[in-house]
Amino acid sequence: MIDRNEKDMSEFVLRLSNVVKTFPGVVANDHVDFALKKGEVHALLGENGAGKTTLMNIVYGIYKSDSGDIYINDKKADITSPHRAMEYSIGMIQQHFSLVPSFNVAENIALGLKEFRIFTKTDMIKKRVKALSEKFGLDVNPDSRIWQLSAGEQQRVEILKLLYMNSQIMILDEPTAILTPQEAENLFKTVREMVRYGASVIFISHKLKEVIEISDRITVMRHGKVVDTILKDEANEKMLAKKMVGREVVLRIPKTPSKPGRTELKIDDLWSRSDKGSYAVQGMNLEVKSGEILGIAGVAGNGQRELAEAIYGLRKYTGKVEINGSKVEVLDVRSRIKKGVAYIPQDRKGVALCGGLPVFYNLFLKVFRTKKIDSNPYFFKPSSLKGPAKELVKEYQISTSSVNLSVKYLSGGNMQKIVLARELSAAPELIIAVHPTRGLDVGAMEFVYKTLLSARDNGAAVLLIAGDLEEIFTLSDRVAVMYEGKIIGYSKPDESHLEEIGLMMAGIKKERVEQK
Amino acid sequence: MKLKIEKRREDPSRLSIFLMSVFSILISLIVLGFIILSLGKNPLEAYIELVSWPFGSIAGLTQTLISMMPLLFTSLGVLMAFKMKIWNIGAEGQFYMGAFAATWGALFLFNHISNPWILLPSIALFGAIFGAGWGAASGLMKAYLGVNEILSTLMLNYIAIYWVNYLVYGPWKGKGSYNFPITATFPKAAILPQYTADGLNLGIFLAVATSFFVYYLLRRTKFGFEMDIVGDNAITAKYSGINVKRMIVSVMAISGAISGLGGMMQMSGVLFRLQPNFSSGYGYTAIIVAWLARLNPFVAIVVAFLFGGLLVGTQQIQLFLQIPFSLINVFQGLVLFSLIGGEALLRYKVSEVKL
Repeated sequence: MIDRNEKDMSEFVLRLSNVVKTFPGVVANDHVDFALKKGEVHALLGENGAGKTTLMNIVYGIYKSDSGDIYINDKKADITSPHRAMEYSIGMIQQHFSLVPSFNVAENIALGLKEFRIFTKTDMIKKRVKALSEKFGLDVNPDSRIWQLSAGEQQRVEILKLLYMNSQIMILDEPTAILTPQEAENLFKTVREMVRYGASVIFISHKLKEVIEISDRITVMRHGKVVDTILKDEANEKMLAKKMVGREVVLRIPKTPSKPGRTELKIDDLWSRSDKGSYAVQGMNLEVKSGEILGIAGVAGNGQRELAEAIYGLRKYTGKVEINGSKVEVLDVRSRIKKGVAYIPQDRKGVALCGGLPVFYNLFLKVFRTKKIDSNPYFFKPSSLKGPAKELVKEYQISTSSVNLSVKYLSGGNMQKIVLARELSAAPELIIAVHPTRGLDVGAMEFVYKTLLSARDNGAAVLLIAGDLEEIFTLSDRVAVMYEGKIIGYSKPDESHLEEIGLMMAGIKKERVEQK
Repeated sequence: MKLKIEKRREDPSRLSIFLMSVFSILISLIVLGFIILSLGKNPLEAYIELVSWPFGSIAGLTQTLISMMPLLFTSLGVLMAFKMKIWNIGAEGQFYMGAFAATWGALFLFNHISNPWILLPSIALFGAIFGAGWGAASGLMKAYLGVNEILSTLMLNYIAIYWVNYLVYGPWKGKGSYNFPITATFPKAAILPQYTADGLNLGIFLAVATSFFVYYLLRRTKFGFEMDIVGDNAITAKYSGINVKRMIVSVMAISGAISGLGGMMQMSGVLFRLQPNFSSGYGYTAIIVAWLARLNPFVAIVVAFLFGGLLVGTQQIQLFLQIPFSLINVFQGLVLFSLIGGEALLRYKVSEVKL
């Protein structure tokens, strides 16, 4: 946090004090203080779900904070909408661009400009756009239509929009996620150029390397709180990784030593592409035995999600996946479920639940795949599931007014419990769990831990993918670290290996770790 | 006092949905009343005329049941698809294709069969298959090419309608039609049992039976259960091991088959010959019926009955009050608008903020 005695308050163009924002069941921003100096690049670093984007959406007027104040140039500001934010010279480039695909570049820049009411003078805009793009090294043709441009070019249009509006505070939300390394390099040049002309930049990211490269100061967020603000010169990847994934002991669950049995999951030379088309998983090899939990640690975005989806059959891949000793086909979810594979995905609302359907439906989405309840497909009464559903609600302590309530009205924690109840009550042999406690409070977290451990003790093999080291340490019997689509090395889940894991998460290989 | 509008945290109750539907109809009637007033007629008189004949006399009731039959078939067809959030607005085309196939079967393919117990089921099956094909075509395009089903079903409507027009104006123009664009009359064996001289036939009972079948399919089978899952979240359906593409094609095929069966029933039960524009937009009215019925196949029987009566009643007021028949389209549009508007309002509630 900022040492206020040392610094002159007037140098802050933007200051947040005690900002709190809650969503049902989740505290997204927990008393956050943040300050942006004039002319600096300030990185906001943290895992997905740490609250970075929420915080910046408050600054940009998309969300309203529950409490806390925003100061612009030391004057209290009341930002109620993006429109107001622009009046304060704040500009934000969101992860999903706000451009009209069928309009050309100049027209997109003209949108939202107040100087034009009905008729736009695109010639004038074009001239200024040309001048700006030369000045800042942003190569864009003002006559191209947006749909013809690559993601990188579209981002340049967004930047031009901010420059055109003369934004003084620019917020870039994970701008490099869609860029090639060369494009990222160019973006950094532009950012430096913008700072030279007096703008202040907030750079949201979860990539350690680029954060160190581009920023002057780095604020690390975790679980909605600010962990620390560090000068770039004092920072290194290892310490940032450590701060990002956290070491505070939330809870400890006693764990018996594992009794690994036969190989339940075997992956051989797995390659899989991300939605953007590049290979996210690059030749993975992996084995998980029954009765053990293999934790996969790593900074988000290193192919964890794609790995889980490929194993479960939701994503195409090349290579071999063997479950319980026999090969399974690509994209064949059904046979995996029949073989006893359970999957707790990262995006439970989007992938594992039907928000508009009642709780008892959601608890039995797979009722015709698993043998748990014998149902006749030609004479099936969904309401017959209500009884078993009530038992699961009780067993998994799901708080809902009734099993008839639509799942979308439940809190994140209760949604997760529904997924767990469905997946684990079918006595799975292999469990793939991705960030199983993200967004949950401590009570729900403890419940998830205990459930996963008891599944392990009952002989299930568990592949746990998590960013939170605390979670990995609490649950895993072995730890593998994933970096750029591969396992960079294995380690043990205890304090003495923390340093080693931190370095591997930053991409430094184990051999080199040992040499040091 | 300050009012606050906020999103509901629970599903709207059955009562509020029912009241919303009733209000939608009332509001539409009020707006329509003003339109009738602007035509220089008395709206109350028109409304009394509108209901008294189709619901208040035996002959009128018979006519109501007859025009309810194709409406119920097509409503059940679109309802099937809507249940999985596939917006099949092609019931009209599927209905036409069913009628076309029935005519083909009755007049050309199976015309040597004289036993109605064989001929009727064969042309019914034939009509259902062609309707299914018409629906499945959109389903296949949606599942494998990502073509929006609203566009493809609508476009296929025109193809079906003009195909039938081509046939009746051209190669299928019947002997003894005095050069009118109509086909020859169906043989006796291809005509559904008639119960009254003015046309009440077996079709209406088969339509009601189809309601029970659709209810069974939606509420008592694995297929219906999985339709609910796909309709709510296709990604979750994939995650649950459901073949989403196959579901889309199957549902569109069943949806089209039901409408196609309706087309066959209209031929064999009511018209006995194919002619241009033989449907007074049943396939489109079906969308409103299905929506007003909240996609419940039993409620659809009641709503189709009411709308069937409305069709008959509008013919009456056109005859006696010289109010244009197309006013019914205005009314249907108003109902649909109010329903969709009411749908949005149901998700919010207004509460008083205590200061």
